[in-house]
Amino acid sequence: MIDFALPTFSLAGPEIAMLIMAGIILLVDVMLPERLRIVTYLLVQATLVIAFLLAIPQYRHHSEVLVTFNGHYVVDRLAILLKLFIYVMSFASFVYARQYIEERKMLRGEYYILGLFCVMGMSVMASAYSLLTIYLGLELLSLPLYAMVASYKDSQQAIEAAMKYFIMGALASGLLLYGISILYGLTGSISIPGIAQAIHTAPSSTVMLALIFIMAALIFKFGAVPFHMWVPDVYQGAPTTVTLFIASAPKIAAFGITMRILVQGMPSLHIAWEQILIVIAVLSMFMGNLLAIVQANIKRMLAYSSIAHIGYTLLGIIAGPNSQHGYSAALFYISTYVLVAVGAFGIISLLSRSGLELDKLEDYRGLNARSPWLAFMMLLLMFSMAGVPPTVGFFAKLGLLVSLVEAHLVWLAVAALIFALIGAYYYLRVVMLMYFEEPTEAYARTPVVLSPDMMIAVTINGIAVLALGILPSTLIELCRIVI
Amino acid sequence: MFSHLPILSILIWLPLLGAVLVLMTGNDKQANWARTIAVLVAVLSLLLCIPLCLGFDANSYAMQYREDYLWIDSYKIHYSLGIDGISLVMIVLTNFTGLLVVLAGIEATKIRVAQYMATFLTMQAMIVGVFASMDAILFYVFWEGMLIPMYLNIGMWGSANREYASIKFFLYTFLGSLLMLVALVYLAQRSGSFEIQSFYHLPLNLEEQKLLFFAFLLSFAVKVPMWPVHTWLPDAHTEAPAGGSVVLAALMLKLGVYGFLRFNMPILPVACQELAWVMIILSLIAIVYIGLIAIVQTDMKKLIAYSSISHMGIATLGCFMAYDIVKDSQNLQSAYMSLEGAVVQMVSHAFGSGAMFLGVGWLADRYYNHSRLIKSYGGVANTMPVFAAFFMLFALSNVGLPGTAGFVGEFMVIMSAMRTHFWVAMVAATTLILGASYTLWMYKRVFFGEVTNDQVASFKDLNWIELSNYLLLGIGVLWLGLYPEPVIRVLQVTLGHLLVQSMPFGVAMNLPVEFSYFA
Repeated sequence: MIDFALPTFSLAGPEIAMLIMAGIILLVDVMLPERLRIVTYLLVQATLVIAFLLAIPQYRHHSEVLVTFNGHYVVDRLAILLKLFIYVMSFASFVYARQYIEERKMLRGEYYILGLFCVMGMSVMASAYSLLTIYLGLELLSLPLYAMVASYKDSQQAIEAAMKYFIMGALASGLLLYGISILYGLTGSISIPGIAQAIHTAPSSTVMLALIFIMAALIFKFGAVPFHMWVPDVYQGAPTTVTLFIASAPKIAAFGITMRILVQGMPSLHIAWEQILIVIAVLSMFMGNLLAIVQANIKRMLAYSSIAHIGYTLLGIIAGPNSQHGYSAALFYISTYVLVAVGAFGIISLLSRSGLELDKLEDYRGLNARSPWLAFMMLLLMFSMAGVPPTVGFFAKLGLLVSLVEAHLVWLAVAALIFALIGAYYYLRVVMLMYFEEPTEAYARTPVVLSPDMMIAVTINGIAVLALGILPSTLIELCRIVI
Repeated sequence: MFSHLPILSILIWLPLLGAVLVLMTGNDKQANWARTIAVLVAVLSLLLCIPLCLGFDANSYAMQYREDYLWIDSYKIHYSLGIDGISLVMIVLTNFTGLLVVLAGIEATKIRVAQYMATFLTMQAMIVGVFASMDAILFYVFWEGMLIPMYLNIGMWGSANREYASIKFFLYTFLGSLLMLVALVYLAQRSGSFEIQSFYHLPLNLEEQKLLFFAFLLSFAVKVPMWPVHTWLPDAHTEAPAGGSVVLAALMLKLGVYGFLRFNMPILPVACQELAWVMIILSLIAIVYIGLIAIVQTDMKKLIAYSSISHMGIATLGCFMAYDIVKDSQNLQSAYMSLEGAVVQMVSHAFGSGAMFLGVGWLADRYYNHSRLIKSYGGVANTMPVFAAFFMLFALSNVGLPGTAGFVGEFMVIMSAMRTHFWVAMVAATTLILGASYTLWMYKRVFFGEVTNDQVASFKDLNWIELSNYLLLGIGVLWLGLYPEPVIRVLQVTLGHLLVQSMPFGVAMNLPVEFSYFA
């Protein structure tokens, strides 16, 4: 039966607001003279604030699941919380981008507008309730991202990275579409609950084929082994602020669609996707942590580290069906990891000067002597990634551990921690370079100068990592309620 | 009068606040401010221990000074503090050592003074936290949190090979702790709470107990450190600045034994009894083999580091000998003495080795290239008579001379071992010979004889800061050696209760209990 009632537009308030604003900003940006380009930046940030403020009351008022647009769009607490995280992280990544973009004379206005479209795509992904909406959101996220990677057109590396990212991304989208079409052919439905019901009543081996295609696409978007090859190249090649953006909110959105497709759409297949995810998670933690050790470029090192962290996030989803805390631990892990990653890439972008990418590990030698505060913030971020208390990274790992033990996967918990030990080595090496060594001649004479807004951003970011490590209860609780 | 104060929280948070204040003084131009604040905070913390001791009821084995707040709702983790006799002794020791290292730090470093002082204050806070935690995750947070300042301390102010030593230290201890974390989570899963005391007397089968035992063992054995996971210690000790070595020797090593007392023994009594022989053999290897290694060291700090491992062997031996004593002789009294000896050994070792590390640090500071090699010195007694006299006292304590702190613990452990296992006691007693050999031989080569070179000839005797440090330590060593009664009194009831709790169910019940610790 087709429902002819008008969709409830107010539920999609944040996305609609962003779309309208994106249109306005595009027009405004054309009129602006070069020196007033900052207005575009401010408008984009204002849009994110508006979207954030529109989503907050939704969280308060809609504690139940609301489905609209003919079942393609859902508003529940998970969707709203994911959106809030996405807006906050995107806001932070645009803040870090401002100085970097100005110094390099990259596409100044377009950068933020493209970014805004990405945010819109992620927002749609968070609320997607059918495979079609998921695909739409994913493409809306990906296409502007390819352009953003290529936006620093003076850099050979950036162009190469964009090309790789585009080709691999297109391949993944193809896989996803293929999986979706098989699933549609089997079940006659593209809505998440429809699929869940159809698979539950009539499971078949062809469903597994669809599952594998779809999971391949998801794993690609996450950047986990075995579809991780693009991650180091793109992270290293892209302008640092774009790397920062790729490493931040899109991970949360990818988590969102994984939850929708696997957990809500295919609960009856959980044994199958759990087993696949165990292999992927273990390989990701292993390869990510091991390969990060040998990197000399800090962006590349953090790229491998992100592969490992995605592996950890997957642990929560693996433990999910058999434990009370699994999914919420995964959500907590990914959102705090993104917070930390934003900070780390933020500091890398702040240390770089125009024409000079300071992204070698060597460039961090003696940072403590040059800028103690920045070094201390980096120290907090590194220890958080390693999972050492009292930073938030520890509680993220603890949550996973608790849920793995609950799900009787103690061996996986032990394995995860042994990989964490391997990981600790390369995070410690960054601290070692910053604190234990003196800066080289060339750097000792160049002080680190930061504009006040950058300083505030870094400070808030670093202190948040520490404060959430000391008082994590609220955020953990929030992640628990929504799932 | 002070009973309404959350005194444990203050002891944890005051040094942390102090560390933040010290860091805010900024660069080395304000170094004197940093020094002043650090010393004030350390003195204040030590003074706070007086009401802590006065208000402590030694006749109760219950946890005292309880503080309990819900910390993380979802996982039922509490911010839960409380101390018993063992914790009290260790906390006082921590604050005492904290003051010493901050005092010693006044002169020891001239670069990045604020950060240097902040690392010590943070470490002090974390270690007090470990001893006061009653919640497993809170315990773990402090346990791991202290690695960060220690890592920085070794790496930033250490000597030539500091990077290697600091990263080795961190990874070794991190490896151990990770398995402990799994064990803690597993236990919490079984008991439904992260409260450490809820882990006691969980119905665990033997296989579970053994696996958990090894998970904890790895963590604590690295910290103690026990052979064969001791190799990080000589490196860390040698490369760390003098203050860092003192904290390592006096406090961090104690955490391992404390962990055995708090986790392994009461939670896993059956596994402990089954595997006591493993622990006894490992302890004996530490005592004899590491003692022999200490003799051939040419570097003074390395020598003291190895002697630390050897002495901690006595402490672990005391802990696990208790099981064999109970099993063989059904004598709870001897077992109690063994356990008590282990704890007293922890305290006395803190004084002795802490003082010697400080002394070597001062010697090296006076030498132009900061040499720690024994052969660089000779005849120091001629130019630094006061220092030589004090060092003699600490050296003799290290040897275990009656009348000094070192004697009490060793004697108790060996005595109680003697009653059941003659050969174990025999082997353990070689520590007296070995200890005398390496300590006194080093003393002879460094202090006695003719002044060997111009460097030594130009040495000045202790200044007032160094002297006050040594006076404090000297009083500690003699007091514990001559009149250990107050410490033993505080420990008595707690250890008695711990002993009964740590025996497998049914064993301790049937024994003729000769002493009454409920008095």
